[in-house]
Amino acid sequence: MVRFEDVTLRYGQGPEILTGLSLHLEPGSFHCLVGPSGAGKSSLLKLLYLGQKPSAGRISLFGRDVSRLSRDGRARLRRQIGVVFQEFRLISHLSVFDNVALPLRLAGERESSLRTKVEELLSWVGLADHLRAAPETLSGGQQQRVAIARALVGRPNLLVADEPTGSVDDRIGQRLMHLFQELHRNGTTIVLATHNLAMVERLGHPVLRLEDGQIAGQPGEEREGLGPLSPGSRGHWPA
Amino acid sequence: MSDTELTQLSRRDLPLAGDASARFLPWLIAFMVFLAALALVGADALRQTAARWNGGLSGQITVQLPPLVREDAPTAASRAEQAAALLRDLPAVRSVETLERAEAAALLEPWLGAAANDAALPLPTLITVRHSGDPAPLAAEMRQRLQNEFPDAEVDDHQAWIGGLLNLTRGLEILALFLLLLVGAAAVVTVVFVTRTGLAVHRPVIELLHLMGARDVQIAGRFQTHALWLGLKGGLLGLAVAALCYGALQWAVSPTTLALLPAFEIGPVLLVLLALLPLLAAGIAWLTARVTVLRTLGRMP
Ligand SMILES: Nc1ncnc2c1ncn2[C@@H]1O[C@H](COP(=O)(O)OP(=O)(O)OP(=O)(O)O)[C@@H](O)[C@H]1O
Ligand SMILES: [Mg+2]
Repeated sequence: MVRFEDVTLRYGQGPEILTGLSLHLEPGSFHCLVGPSGAGKSSLLKLLYLGQKPSAGRISLFGRDVSRLSRDGRARLRRQIGVVFQEFRLISHLSVFDNVALPLRLAGERESSLRTKVEELLSWVGLADHLRAAPETLSGGQQQRVAIARALVGRPNLLVADEPTGSVDDRIGQRLMHLFQELHRNGTTIVLATHNLAMVERLGHPVLRLEDGQIAGQPGEEREGLGPLSPGSRGHWPA
Repeated sequence: MSDTELTQLSRRDLPLAGDASARFLPWLIAFMVFLAALALVGADALRQTAARWNGGLSGQITVQLPPLVREDAPTAASRAEQAAALLRDLPAVRSVETLERAEAAALLEPWLGAAANDAALPLPTLITVRHSGDPAPLAAEMRQRLQNEFPDAEVDDHQAWIGGLLNLTRGLEILALFLLLLVGAAAVVTVVFVTRTGLAVHRPVIELLHLMGARDVQIAGRFQTHALWLGLKGGLLGLAVAALCYGALQWAVSPTTLALLPAFEIGPVLLVLLALLPLLAAGIAWLTARVTVLRTLGRMP
């Protein structure tokens, strides 16, 4: 599903954020990505959703070497990836409904079938009363839920979520986790970056720990089949 | 997801209409189309005028006999007839016409008034020779024939004058063409600038759409359609203003003044060219916006 081989990333002439990182994520797997702030979690996810080219190394998604794809080929891949950005990135001139509808409209889905999907999902995340609201009139937690709904609405094969529960209270956080679990059960591969160790523990999925530009515990190599497990998996990496 | 994808983003998802930079584009395009229309009409007017003068004078040689001192009308007429007879039987000559004194006086009357009819006014005798030959050798031959009886006759084949006129009009036509190219280049630069500004203003949204898997042509489609309409709008406006100016000119210039100027009319070819100007402006805007957006998007991963 996802394969990184010796991937290095640096921004411009800056320091190497990721240094020769390799990993392999099985289809349908659910991984939590943890690590101290500034470790490069968002940067790794950016490579994952094709928002950035690696400085060196090879990335394969859905069994295809990304660098060998045409521009349109990469665009097609991106449509199978749902992204929850750390900073939400909602479009301010669009209503909540239109923000969530955007991926479906890009894919050319008909308005009638799109409407029920969007409304259903938005009421699931507790925003049924805010369909026509402008994003900036919502609280941080509400905006985050719009961002999640937008990432999920197209039923992506790969979901990349960057700190998706950072701005919501525990009750809503659990509801959102439930949503992710549901998606996972339906076969979506998920990578979720978070600081919330309690949540990582509750989810009980394998953990990728990013430290010094590497996945800790497996420098430069990959463990096929098992999925990369760090010593601190199951949520007990020292804070 | 379905295979039927959008050819371009909707106005709602990527709204460009409110952009400040886009608001002045139609006015600039209008100004450029106005200039282009002016250049086209001007070049055509020159061409028509030159063609008329050329058509009037080529195939024609003028012989001028200076008047004798105290020459009376009958003498002048007989001298004219004598000279004409010398020229008439040259092989290339088709016709020889002498301008009667009364006719010459009538031509001068607007300038001289009643004095033109004064018999004492010395007027040269003019003989117009129409021919179908090579003007320069024919003129030389005519000079030779007239040499004995009319040593001071002036034979003018108009070639120097026609050549100068043609050079002048050709130069002005090239200038007009150059102006057209310049206006086109200015239009391209303007649309590039407006499109880049639009891209910068909407960069966050465009980046997001790109990450969501929007294809470059879907994003470019929105910009190019927008530019197409702005270009068309501006082009039609510019053409309308040009037409208005033309109408006003026709109305303001009195018929007597027009009579002095060579008659000028907008022919069907020019009319089609003028009608194409707004379409051309729209096309330039469309293509420029498309190329600009695709190049900018090409820099995204
Ligand atoms: N666009 C960028 N240009 C230059 N440097 C960047 C860019 N994005 C991130 N960085 C740098 O890369 C490093 C890793 O940043 P990143 O956002 O990936 O960390 P993170 O693990 O997501 O942190 P956090 O937990 O705070 O979200 C940081 O030092 C940051 O300054
Ligand atoms: Mg981050």
